[in-house]
Amino acid sequence: MPDSQATTQVSTLEHEAHNPALVHQFADAQQQKDAASLGMWLFLVTEIMFFGGMFCAYLIYRLMYFNAFAAGSQQLNIGLGAFNTAVLIVSSVTVVLAVKAAEAGKRKLLVAYLVVTVLLGLTFLVVKGFEYREKFEKHHVPGSTFQFTDTFDDNGKKIPVDPKEAELFFSLYFAMTGMHALHMIIGCGLFTGLAILAWRGHYTPGYFTPIENGGLYWHLVDIIWIYLFPLLYLISRHS
Amino acid sequence: MLIGITLLVLTATTVGAAFVNLGPLNPVIALLIATIKATLVVLFFMHVKGASEKLTGAVVVSGFFFLAILLSLSLADYLTRSGR
Repeated sequence: MPDSQATTQVSTLEHEAHNPALVHQFADAQQQKDAASLGMWLFLVTEIMFFGGMFCAYLIYRLMYFNAFAAGSQQLNIGLGAFNTAVLIVSSVTVVLAVKAAEAGKRKLLVAYLVVTVLLGLTFLVVKGFEYREKFEKHHVPGSTFQFTDTFDDNGKKIPVDPKEAELFFSLYFAMTGMHALHMIIGCGLFTGLAILAWRGHYTPGYFTPIENGGLYWHLVDIIWIYLFPLLYLISRHS
Repeated sequence: MLIGITLLVLTATTVGAAFVNLGPLNPVIALLIATIKATLVVLFFMHVKGASEKLTGAVVVSGFFFLAILLSLSLADYLTRSGR
């Protein structure tokens, strides 16, 4: 937070050697950066617990209604899920490159990487939107229109499924992927803001903590998807 | 960059492994690969490895520790209930 007003009030001699982005309660820039990073991590830990509750609910219901969860999982589109996983991983790489560009003071490169990250995030959301549309068309959205007919495994054997239990699978699917998508939307907004500020030259090699912390958030959302993808799409292929 | 390529290769591996019938090993392998990927992201992309502030590492570990408590104690309850 460059506090230019306060900086001008204090004698300029004292501040000459200082980084203009350094606020007064910190001894040096490194300490300020560590404090911001620690605070960000504390927030991310609360996010881990938040999603952890949903993961826990998913695990318990999967154990209780295994057949219905397997049948529901087999209705998901692995191709689109895998594509989205790759999109998110590439976006995490561009975030790392953006942080590196900020560290090196390459402003245009930084903006470019931030914009590419947002575009990849939007790609993820569009693909997710197509997946949701497929769910609506198949009447797999929980509610009064929910329908689930008997499904067959790879060997053509019929899997007996209670539609109520399958509805539970899709409720958890929408809750977890929906919450994740909401985090993606927030991330895209955040990175758009960072790109605008970066374009205006807000970040210097001596101060790019928001880029780093925004990156931490983006990586965490990526990690959540890294777990959602196998849990929802993959692990019930063979049962 | 190398980490990114490793992550993409692991994604391809986990998708491929899902189509091979390994019985009870399927979920184990999928979650193992996911954990390897998450660990790579945390250590290298999120710079926990080599962080100047040691406390950051402690916070990260404590986060996953409490997640483990949440999952293990909940499952210890549900898996041992009689008359399910």
